[in-house]
Amino acid sequence: MRLLNHIKNWLDERFGWAELTAPLRHKSVPLHRQSYWYFLGGITLFLFMIQVGTGILLLLYYRPSANEAFESVQYIMTQVQFGWLIRSIHSWSANLMILTAFAHMFSVLFLKAYRKPRELTWVTGMLLLFLLLGFGFSGYLLPWNALAFFATKVGTDITGQLPLVGKKMMIFLRGGEEVTGATLTRFFGFHVAVLPGITTLLLALHVAFIQKFGISVPPKVEAQWKEHPEQARHMKFLPNFLLRELMAWYLALGTLGALAALAPWGLGTKADPFASAPAGIRPEWYFMFMFQTLKLIPARLGFIDGELVGVLFFGAAAAVWLLLPFLDRGKGGLRQHWVSGLGVLALGYMTAMTIYGYLAK
Amino acid sequence: MASLSSFLYPVLRYLVPPPVAELGGDSVVAAKVGELKPNSSRIFRFGSKPGLLICMPDGEYKAMSATCTHLSCTVQFRSDLHQVWCACHNGMYDLAGRNVSGPPPRPLEAFDVHVRGDEVVVSRKREG
Repeated sequence: MRLLNHIKNWLDERFGWAELTAPLRHKSVPLHRQSYWYFLGGITLFLFMIQVGTGILLLLYYRPSANEAFESVQYIMTQVQFGWLIRSIHSWSANLMILTAFAHMFSVLFLKAYRKPRELTWVTGMLLLFLLLGFGFSGYLLPWNALAFFATKVGTDITGQLPLVGKKMMIFLRGGEEVTGATLTRFFGFHVAVLPGITTLLLALHVAFIQKFGISVPPKVEAQWKEHPEQARHMKFLPNFLLRELMAWYLALGTLGALAALAPWGLGTKADPFASAPAGIRPEWYFMFMFQTLKLIPARLGFIDGELVGVLFFGAAAAVWLLLPFLDRGKGGLRQHWVSGLGVLALGYMTAMTIYGYLAK
Repeated sequence: MASLSSFLYPVLRYLVPPPVAELGGDSVVAAKVGELKPNSSRIFRFGSKPGLLICMPDGEYKAMSATCTHLSCTVQFRSDLHQVWCACHNGMYDLAGRNVSGPPPRPLEAFDVHVRGDEVVVSRKREG
C-alpha cells in the first residue's frame, strides 16, 4: 500500500495525476430501475479487448494465403498447445461481442439515450457497430473454409449490386473480379490493420463523448426526478460502478470460457473455388435476417432486380438507423411512440427472420 | 488541395487491382467420355470461372455456367429433381439453364458441348 502511494505521489508530482483522474472521480452513474442496461457498453468493450489479445496470439501462427490459411488454422487447432482454446475464444468472443453490441444499441434506443446532446455518441456507436460487423465479415473468411468462401462471394456480390459504384467497390473488396487468394490477403489486411485502426479512433471518440455528456437518464425517470429532486439517486463511478462493471466482465469471461471449452469452434472443409456451394450454407447468425430476406425476394420486382431492391432496402434502413437522433425531432409522447415502435418492429423482424432462416430448408 | 490530390491519387490507383487476363480462352476439355455416369454432373474450370457439365440419363451432355445469376454462388445438379440448384438462396434452373424458381433473375449462360474423340469439349456459344 505504501509502495502504491509512493507511485501515486511520484506520478502526481510529474504529471498532475490527481488532476488527470479528477473527471473519473467526479463521474457518477444514475441509479434507477433500468440502470443494469448501462453495463452492456462496458461488456462489449471488454470482449473487444479479448479479441485484440487473442487476435495477436493467432497472428503468431496464421498465414494469410489461399494455399496456407486453412492449414495454418488447422495447425493452430491441432498442434499448438491450447491453440484450439485461443481460436475458440476468439470466435466465441466475436459472436458474443456482436450480440452485446446489438443489445447495447437497442437498449440505448429504447431508453432514448440518443437525445440532445448525445446525437454524436449515437452516431459513433452505430459506426462502431457497423465496424464490428465488418470485423465479423472479414474474419469469417480468414480460415478459408467452404462456408466462408461462399459467404464472402455472396456478401461481396451484394456490394456489387449497388448502382454506379457497386462494381468498383466489389473489385476493390475482392482484389479482382472473383473471390481468390487476393481477397483473403485483402480481408486479412482489413481485419488486422484497417478496421482496428478506425475502431480505436472511434472508440476513443465514443468514450470521450460519454465522459463529456455523462450517462443519460430515461425521459420518464428524468421527468420524475425533475418533479421530485429528492428522489434522484446516483452511484459514484469510481469505485462503486467500476467494481460492479468488473463483476459483469468476470461473468462474461466465465460464459466465454465455458462456451469456448465446451463447444469448441469448428473449422469445416477447405474452400474449393471450383466446387458447388454446399447444401445448408448460411452466414453467421447476425447476417441471417438479411440472408433470409434476400432468399424470399422474387427475381424481379416490376422493372428492378429483386436483389437490388433488397440491398437498397437494407442500405436505407442502416442510414435511417445511423441518423435516428436527427430524424427524431418529436417531443415527449410522440417521440417515444414512433421510435420505440420502429425499434420493436426492427427487433421483431430481425428475430423472426433469423429464426425462420435457421428453420427453413 | 493540389498537394493533397497528388498524394491521394497514387494511393487510390494502388487500391484498384490490375486486370487479370482471362485464362483458357473460349473452349476447354471438361471431361473424358465415360468419366461421368448418366444422370450425374461435374464442375469444371472454364477460364477463371466454374462451369457445370451434366450427363443426361440418355448419355447426352449439357453444359452451362455454374455461377448463379443471383449472387454468384456455384450451382449444382440435383439428380433427384432433374434441375440445377443453388444452395445459397434456393434458386432453381431447368437443365437448359433457365431460371424457374427462387431469386435468380436471369438464366445461366449455356455452353456448346462437342464430343471430340474421347474428350468432352465445352465452348462458348457463338453469337448469331
